Amino acid sequence: MLRDEDRIYTNLYGFQPWALKAAKKRGDWDGTKAILEKGRDWIVGEMKAAGLRGRGGAGFSAGLKWSFMPKGEGPLPHYLVVNADEGEPGTCKDRDILRHEPHKLVEGCLIAGFAIGAHAAYIYVRGEYYNETKVLQEAIDEAYAAGLLGPNACKSGWAMDVYIHRGMGAYICGEESALIQSLEGKKGQPRAKPPFPAGVGVWGCPTTVNNVETIADVPTVLRRGAAWFADLGPENNNGTKIFCISGHVETPCCVEEEMGIPLKELLKKHAGGVRGGWDNLLAVIPGGSSTPMIPKDVCDDVHMDFDSLRNVRSGLGTAAVIVMDKSTDLVAAITRLARFYMHESCGQCTPCREGTGWLWRTMVRMEKGEATVAEIDQLLEVTRQIEGHTICALGDAAAWPIQGLFRHFRPEIEKRIAARRADAKHRAA
Amino acid sequence: MSETYHVETIETVETPETFAFTAENRKRAEAVIAKYPAGRQRSAVMPLLDLAQRQAGWLSRDAMDCVAGMLGMPPIKVYEVATFYTMYNLKPVGRLHVQICTNISCWLRGAPEIVRAAKDVLGVAFGETTADGAATLSEVECLGACANAPVMQVNDDLYEDLTYDTAKAVLEALLKGEAPPFGSQTGRRGSCPCKGATTLKELAGEHAAAESAPAPKAKTAKSAKAGKETS
Repeated sequence: MLRDEDRIYTNLYGFQPWALKAAKKRGDWDGTKAILEKGRDWIVGEMKAAGLRGRGGAGFSAGLKWSFMPKGEGPLPHYLVVNADEGEPGTCKDRDILRHEPHKLVEGCLIAGFAIGAHAAYIYVRGEYYNETKVLQEAIDEAYAAGLLGPNACKSGWAMDVYIHRGMGAYICGEESALIQSLEGKKGQPRAKPPFPAGVGVWGCPTTVNNVETIADVPTVLRRGAAWFADLGPENNNGTKIFCISGHVETPCCVEEEMGIPLKELLKKHAGGVRGGWDNLLAVIPGGSSTPMIPKDVCDDVHMDFDSLRNVRSGLGTAAVIVMDKSTDLVAAITRLARFYMHESCGQCTPCREGTGWLWRTMVRMEKGEATVAEIDQLLEVTRQIEGHTICALGDAAAWPIQGLFRHFRPEIEKRIAARRADAKHRAA
Repeated sequence: MSETYHVETIETVETPETFAFTAENRKRAEAVIAKYPAGRQRSAVMPLLDLAQRQAGWLSRDAMDCVAGMLGMPPIKVYEVATFYTMYNLKPVGRLHVQICTNISCWLRGAPEIVRAAKDVLGVAFGETTADGAATLSEVECLGACANAPVMQVNDDLYEDLTYDTAKAVLEALLKGEAPPFGSQTGRRGSCPCKGATTLKELAGEHAAAESAPAPKAKTAKSAKAGKETS
């Protein structure tokens, strides 16, 4: 288990005040100026060496992403955009950072902004987090008042402004190019890439979009050093991660743990174990609703990191662990997710707009056992027609949970269909 | 889960009422516009629509036109935004907007019971408003508080760790004009495990006193409607 002294988020639950004085006591804003004085190249290099992979789901190296930004000051301003549009079902980690550790995020904005040559950061917070946004705004105001932000942030000579932009209830705006569109005052419909945001981002300017947790990790990583961070977790999956544990566990919670922790240990230590004991486990969705579920026998020894979960054909995603015990109707669960993706499809690409509705309608029939066995193959074929054929990953995200269900539980659904048929025959007779 | 989403279009909007920002909100709007680079005032369309909604309770066509005029945008571009994002109410809603998450994490921990409680108290189905205009009931997607499922949002506040009984009690109190404390209804602090922290126990213990401190008070419905723009 991760030692307490290696935790980044020491106020995850808000036992202490979030405000500047207490945050400084916890180590925030300590020697920020000295970090900035080491220069942009050092910061980007250190971030690459730390191997911090994006915490929003895709797991792309943060340092590498920053290095894609144009060097030096060109004719166009650079922007940092922080993605706090947390909407992946099962995920509630960014909320805890916003309301209990806002100064980690604000300090991270300054350092990351400096590293990519941006004088302004926009934090896009989902609209439902109204009270959390209030806390964050107060933290930003405190930072300005203390000279930590503004024309001479931390007396470093670097001008930095941080603004909040509130979303208004659209899951798709968690996709970086949709978020940029939304920030520009448009419908949140993803853009085709390339060009990537580092070339043409918000208002046509070079932009880096990072998740809240990624940016909030930055100050601690740089203060304690890349070697410290890289030493935690398995190779290529460095550091700590906030896991959100929900569903059928004794004590659902968010908790910061070391990457690569065995799933079983994570649930046992922090979530009081699976309701009714480990043997009562049916399946786990390990990284938010988009990641395919894994059945109990995989859960028995899987480790929670990007590569381990990819190797079992799922993903770490946002590290939102959704636990389902044997009382769960998995088909109903996935049908509910199918409805979610139908609702959240932005309507831009035909395979997703039409396909997500088709998937949901078919899943409703699967849930009742009304479909035929042949339709299972048809359904899976349709998921493959959607996957990879859309501008953004929402199409993939709609396809994967269904694929995951049938990969591991197809016989159960076939049984349900057979039972329904037998029942109908029986009634007819 | 058989109920379908209530889809709003501009055509369903009732007779437009006249809309103009109050002097105070006009100032707020100007401060919002100033957050974006020169020439990019269009970026303020979402916060301005939110401000208009907070002032009027919902977004009428007239309110959208007013925002379009302020930002120099073609009205259709504002309608596009207003109809795309689910948090804009394109028809009047009750004093309390009760929004229940039925997505997976809440569903696994009893969201259907919360829905039943809300329907029992309010006597309306999803997408409907009570006859006296006190409350509107909506089914919503993940509210991002999954470790505290099941949850319900009323106006700006999240009520967490609900049961049938606590959801009912919260709604009954709100209907009476009371301000029950929002957040966890079981007294949990944030997303900490309910049987006590498993990490950083010293810090948690040090501030055990904070646990017994009074929980944050919900705003009264009136002040919520008067609306303070946070961003």
